[in-house]
Amino acid sequence: MASLVGSRVERKEDKKLLTGRGKYTADVTFAHQTYAYFVRSPHARAQIKNVDISKASKASGVVAVLTGKDIANDKIGGLIAGWRIKSEDGSDMKVPAHPPLASESVNYVGDHVAVVIAESLDEARNAAELVKVDYKVLKAVVKTDEAMKSDSIYKDIPKNLCFDWLLGDRAKVKEAFDSADKIIKVDLINNRLVPNAMEPRAANADYNPSTEEITLYTTSQNPHLARIIISAFNAVAPENKLRVIAPDVGGGFGSKIYPYAEEVVCSWASKKIERPVKWVADRTESFLSDCHGRDHVTHAELAVKNDGTFLGFKNETIANIGAYASVFATVTPTYLFGPCATGVYKMPAAYSNVKAVFTNTAPVDAYRGAGRPEATYTIEVLVEKAARELGMDPAEIRMKNFPTEFPFQQTLVHSVDSGDYNAGLKKAMEVADYKGFEKRKKDSEANGKIRGIGFCTYFEACGIAPSAVVMSLGCGIGLWESAEVRFNPTGNVTVFTGSHSHGQGHDTTFAQIAADQLGVPLENIEISHGDTDKGPFGYGTYGSRSLTVGGTAIVKACDKIIAKGKKVAAKMLEVNESDVEFKDGEFIVAKSNQKKTIGEVAFACYLPGTYGEVKSPLPEGEEPGLKETSFFDPGNFSFPAGSHICEVEIDPDTGTTEVAKYTAIDDFGTIINPLIVEGQVHGGLAQGIGQALYENCHYDDSGQLVTASYMDYTMPRADNFPEFNLGFTCTPATSNPLGTKGCGEAGAIASPPAVMNAVMNAIGTDISMPATAEKVWNACQKMKKSNSKAA
Amino acid sequence: MKTFNYHSTNDVKEATKLASSNSAFLAGGMTTIPSMKLGLASYKDIIDIKRIKKLSGIKVSGKSVIIGATTKHVEVANSKEIKKAIPSLAALAEGIGDPQVRNRGTIGGSIANNDPAADYPSACIALNATIHTSSRKITADKFFAGMFETALKKGELIQSVEFQVPEKSCYQKYPNPASRYAIVGVYVAKHKNGVNVGVTGAKSCVYNEKNIASALSKSFSSSAIDNVKIPSSGMNSDIHASAEYRANMVKIFAKKAVDAC
Ligand SMILES: Cc1cc2nc3c(=O)[nH]c(=O)nc-3n(C[C@H](O)[C@H](O)[C@H](O)COP(=O)(O)OP(=O)(O)OC[C@H]3O[C@@H](n4cnc5c(N)ncnc54)[C@H](O)[C@@H]3O)c2cc1C
Repeated sequence: MASLVGSRVERKEDKKLLTGRGKYTADVTFAHQTYAYFVRSPHARAQIKNVDISKASKASGVVAVLTGKDIANDKIGGLIAGWRIKSEDGSDMKVPAHPPLASESVNYVGDHVAVVIAESLDEARNAAELVKVDYKVLKAVVKTDEAMKSDSIYKDIPKNLCFDWLLGDRAKVKEAFDSADKIIKVDLINNRLVPNAMEPRAANADYNPSTEEITLYTTSQNPHLARIIISAFNAVAPENKLRVIAPDVGGGFGSKIYPYAEEVVCSWASKKIERPVKWVADRTESFLSDCHGRDHVTHAELAVKNDGTFLGFKNETIANIGAYASVFATVTPTYLFGPCATGVYKMPAAYSNVKAVFTNTAPVDAYRGAGRPEATYTIEVLVEKAARELGMDPAEIRMKNFPTEFPFQQTLVHSVDSGDYNAGLKKAMEVADYKGFEKRKKDSEANGKIRGIGFCTYFEACGIAPSAVVMSLGCGIGLWESAEVRFNPTGNVTVFTGSHSHGQGHDTTFAQIAADQLGVPLENIEISHGDTDKGPFGYGTYGSRSLTVGGTAIVKACDKIIAKGKKVAAKMLEVNESDVEFKDGEFIVAKSNQKKTIGEVAFACYLPGTYGEVKSPLPEGEEPGLKETSFFDPGNFSFPAGSHICEVEIDPDTGTTEVAKYTAIDDFGTIINPLIVEGQVHGGLAQGIGQALYENCHYDDSGQLVTASYMDYTMPRADNFPEFNLGFTCTPATSNPLGTKGCGEAGAIASPPAVMNAVMNAIGTDISMPATAEKVWNACQKMKKSNSKAA
Repeated sequence: MKTFNYHSTNDVKEATKLASSNSAFLAGGMTTIPSMKLGLASYKDIIDIKRIKKLSGIKVSGKSVIIGATTKHVEVANSKEIKKAIPSLAALAEGIGDPQVRNRGTIGGSIANNDPAADYPSACIALNATIHTSSRKITADKFFAGMFETALKKGELIQSVEFQVPEKSCYQKYPNPASRYAIVGVYVAKHKNGVNVGVTGAKSCVYNEKNIASALSKSFSSSAIDNVKIPSSGMNSDIHASAEYRANMVKIFAKKAVDAC
């Protein structure tokens, strides 16, 4: 049987999703449905003096109006920060209370003040206008780099500082810098982004008063996590009385990892009014209240020898985590950022120091790449600048500092199991026709355009798991993954995974894996995920973890199925178990060429009696049924790496930058489905190029979100991109039996520096993201002036 | 969305009669409906004019192109006759928004709304348009009165827009990367008796850039514009572009337009 692993199987889920037959949370409507509309703060920072619901409560169709006082009276717990970070001085991070509905103060535009529940959405929305909130408006803290110098938003959190964290050795770094020939410095802004999942967040909670069970439909990347948080921390219902279903979910990019105030409030409210409560965000609410991404201000330095050898690296970053510390807000700018900031290089000494600050802006949490794009941007802009200042070729300086032996103990945390960075960069230079660049540059010049080329070589740590490691670093949960492989009596298979697909293509990739393991045709395998009542507990999808962690759990569960199947087949064939081999879906006795298909064995497992000709196949003491579960906790992260080369063409008259050529050569270890992997890279590149050239979340000085719609927030579009040149190298991961490494975030991690390095190569000066036309035009004007002076 | 009364009529007179101080005509709805949904506007009466047959259609003669008020952008973009008579006008329509917007949005709605960054107003200025309404004719230079303001009176309905066919013309737009409305759009048209330069996006209202127009009237070449100074005072400034940048782009896009004429 031909192996499905490695083949370009078309996505099984696409027919449903592309023909409008997907089922999303907003599509779910219960009998007796009510609709929720949230009253949100119009101010970035204010005290709540009074909330008057009297008019709203009497408005047409209103079922209930609930406020922060109500939720506090019912002892519903606040929203949590999931990762405990300690400051350099050993003190614990400082985190403000985050009630699902505010009763004392509001801390960003969009913060939740009350909820109006009505018979229809229009009635809820109209009544929400009648809720009168008396605010005392306070001066907002908005800017990342000014937060520590501003008023304290919370009285017990001085300087708005959540933590001041250090990873690495300052003394060693000082030594390295003292011995350097040259020190390269950069000041960077990693621009704040709005995730913009295609499907806005939504929740529909249905409480059944007779069973006391809540069924919560929600747009989650992680339904099991939602359940445990809503029951254990928010205390809305015990875990066994809370079923969370994340049906089809239209993208997440990190913004749907954890439960928000809305899920908690809808669940609690449903219990209170004993009717289902549905909330669907409109696009403006998504802009205002989805967690945002990035938002770092960084000063970084690289100590080098004149021959280009790296000696040391320092990274001083202020990370804006918004008004509250959400679930992954504190790990994103620390352990997901700091370790990777030394890049893909041998770096004898390094430290990352991160100060996380609160501001009166929406919470900032994990967004595609989470910390690793910021890290990669820092080191890769620095390295390219080092090449420029040392007069070296950008490829040469990189190769000089690549590790060549694996496992490679990276400076700050990671032991990288496998990789071949030279091979990747060489292949990228070939595919990108690096040699031909000068000619293309001349051609562009002849057309009045400026052409630039930029490199990025990256590695990242993903496949977020090793529970032992993440828990030792402050994670409040383990991060293993589960799978249950269930043979149905007629021989087809349902595979349950604790991870979740919201665009990643699990239905296909995971089925390919199970099909290969079990020798069952692809179409006979169904992947089930997203319902806490169906499969075992799991940790959802983010950090490019689904395949390396969850996929491996499937392999392990399949191994157990085959082990049991061997016993049963041996009994059926009346041979010793040791004589039975399993191959391509058949249990075979090599000596006699007797065989039983796995379907026959499964069928027998479900009918273990003697019936006419059929004799009981179950060995003594063996239970009937054929279903196995596995929980997989890998020993390490996975470390994808790659080399991206970008060429841009700039129109100096307007400053418009066009990505003229983009080459991405990635090492994702073993690739299960190249079609899906390429799709993931395309999406990541679109988001990364978006960050570099277009996207920017902008709050004004009073904390109003200026870019709260697509009229002002520039989403990249298909016509902003060239045809991407993709390619792969392969060094299998050793930390999982499939040999896979995560691929979901790499594109978004590698592309911002590749694009920005190309822009800076073209215009010859530092420039911040996004490189908008006006910024580039200004740089071109300066360049023109200095050129004409020189001439 | 707040509740409202929906009226539909096939008669111009009735449409104007139904209008009140708290009503809006519904043409493509591409501006009206989003602003109602966002709560930025609410009306007591919505008067659907799409069923009024005579408001839609394209008439081309040697001298003029007449476009009915409810003619959709896509119809202008695809019109063979317009492509022949004033190709730049068809190209302008092709560059408005996205296919969904072009399949619904109308020329009447666009100019009645007079968004400072809309495309059609620049064509009206450049192509000496006359706006035919239910009660009179208004020339383009008098029609566009200010930001989102026109010379239209309450209940006055645009019936058609009549453009003068120029000798040469071209529209060049620098789209806002987010909305793709014009950050700056420059419509250059050379007529027998002079040149017009309709500029949109740059200021609070579309205008005829007289300095460039007079330079081009003397010599119709992009180098004729090189020494024209465009002051940045009065230019829009926002997160997408400063006044200085816009002022420069007016010149750059005027040159591009002349070169492409
Ligand atoms: C996503 C998006 C992108 C867009 N991009 C662009 C762009 O790039 N460039 C651009 O120029 N425009 C753009 N538009 C606007 C678009 O061109 C609309 O067509 C235009 O704004 C309004 O036309 P409408 O027919 O939809 O008018 P409606 O929304 O139906 O009406 C708008 C206003 O005009 C009035 N009105 C309509 N018809 C008449 C009439 N015959 N007489 C008197 N008053 C009338 C109405 O009372 C109302 O006040 C965009 C719109 C959207 C939604």
